[in-house]
Amino acid sequence: MAKFLELDKGTEAGIRELLGQSLRNGQVKAVFALRRTTNGAVNYSLITDPQMMEEAVPLFPSMPSNAGQLLSRLTLKGPVEGPVAVVVRPCELRALVELVKREQGSLEGFLFISFTCPGVYPLKASANGEIEGKQTQYWEAVKSGKVVPEIRPTCRACEHFIPYNADITISLVGNKDVDKRCILFLNTAKGAELVKGVGGKLSEGELETAELHAHREERLAEKKSLYDQGQLSGLGMDGLIEIFSRCIGCRGCRSACPICYCNLCTFDSFDYEYEPSTYEEELKKRGGVRIPPNTIFYHLGRLTHVGISCVGCGSCTDVCPVDIPLSAIFLQVGEAVQKIFDYIPGKDVEEDVPLATFEEVELTEIEE
Amino acid sequence: MEEDFMPRIIGFLCKWCTYAGADLAGVSRIQYPPSILPIRVMCSSRVDPLFVISSFLRGADAVLVAGCHPGDCHYQRGNYYTRRRYAVLRKIFEELGLEADRLRLSWISASEGRRFADVITDYTERIKKKGPNPVKKEVFL
Ligand code: SF4
Ligand code: SF4
Ligand code: FES
Repeated sequence: MAKFLELDKGTEAGIRELLGQSLRNGQVKAVFALRRTTNGAVNYSLITDPQMMEEAVPLFPSMPSNAGQLLSRLTLKGPVEGPVAVVVRPCELRALVELVKREQGSLEGFLFISFTCPGVYPLKASANGEIEGKQTQYWEAVKSGKVVPEIRPTCRACEHFIPYNADITISLVGNKDVDKRCILFLNTAKGAELVKGVGGKLSEGELETAELHAHREERLAEKKSLYDQGQLSGLGMDGLIEIFSRCIGCRGCRSACPICYCNLCTFDSFDYEYEPSTYEEELKKRGGVRIPPNTIFYHLGRLTHVGISCVGCGSCTDVCPVDIPLSAIFLQVGEAVQKIFDYIPGKDVEEDVPLATFEEVELTEIEE
Repeated sequence: MEEDFMPRIIGFLCKWCTYAGADLAGVSRIQYPPSILPIRVMCSSRVDPLFVISSFLRGADAVLVAGCHPGDCHYQRGNYYTRRRYAVLRKIFEELGLEADRLRLSWISASEGRRFADVITDYTERIKKKGPNPVKKEVFL
């Protein structure tokens, strides 16, 4: 049985009040959460002014950037002087953990609040207030425990919607009273400490109810259909070229990906830039070369770099100006790669990234 | 025409074992097909998977990554990392329906001149059966 606290108000209002109060009484130094700016845009902010908590929308169904990337950047040169309460989605927390494993940030000083995640709408829907218009439909679906329509394809297919490593888990998916009662599962002593003095009723119960299990089944089915749609194993080089031939090489997918952390990307370096003689060589073989070359190379290369840690957040797909279904590919290929090592990215910060460790006896089937 | 096809295999050979094994095959005058284009690397772990992808896309008919047997790496652990990286690369090829059998990982020691010749012969036969890598005709790469 797990401990949970029940507050007698809507979930988002409850979180806002809890965090506002924690700021006021100095229990936390700052809050990191989504916040609505004056023009209606929603972005992540670091907040210290309790007044400003009124602008916080920690559950807003949008991911302007994967917060794992932002928190890594925030702590790149040293940990925060905490405690800083952070409200992020499970895949954002997982991305941060993957980055911390690569010494690209720190978990120190953070208190993590996450939730059973219903998913986010594609970023394109944040233009023209479209997401605002969808809020009712979103929360109705959340209450019903069904997969929310029109969210990111990889959100629909996400089986890791229950956070790992959260000090507090907010119950959203399948919570029928999400707009009336705020239910907070207190997973750690830190989490329990934070809610002291906020009132409400402490009880014991299970986060992972039968409804939640049913919901996972639904998402697994969505994943299967996403994979069936992709037909990746039938692609071959021709299929890959068909998919990526409209890539304009903007590298947006790389910038948006939390796992791609290099400051200087190898694909921007001169390492693989062709010499005039290389062009001649290639032209001799092919009779023509697409300019610039190396598009397939870039995407296959990125797969070897991030596949092992892809958290399936869907940011890459979202930013692609030519709608290449990147995250479906990265999720599926990534998962296959992760399975070799029984690895779930972002689950356990103590577990090494598989490529940074080894067993002396393993994988003999690939040696010839 | 197919009869004449001699595959071009890019071989990344570690200096301490496989490259020395190739040398031994040479000085022992063991015959093997002239299909391999050897590139000497200090350790199999120096082989960035991007080298392999690049070779494949630029039209190599096959790629060989070869080094010391596990436990014998000159730098103790290099080839254990190689093996994991290679496993990942191979899986990516398989998942996308690319021809993973145009990739090969083999451990060949400095004293295994015979094995070196056998691996090259066997791999060359396999690729001869498959034919040239169609990727070398693609304009978009
Ligand atoms: S590859 Fe795409 S889905 Fe995977 S972590 Fe990066 S942005 Fe997210
Ligand atoms: S975001 Fe889209 S167009 Fe830009 S590099 Fe990535 S796949 Fe290509
Ligand atoms: S030195 Fe031969 S594999 Fe490392």
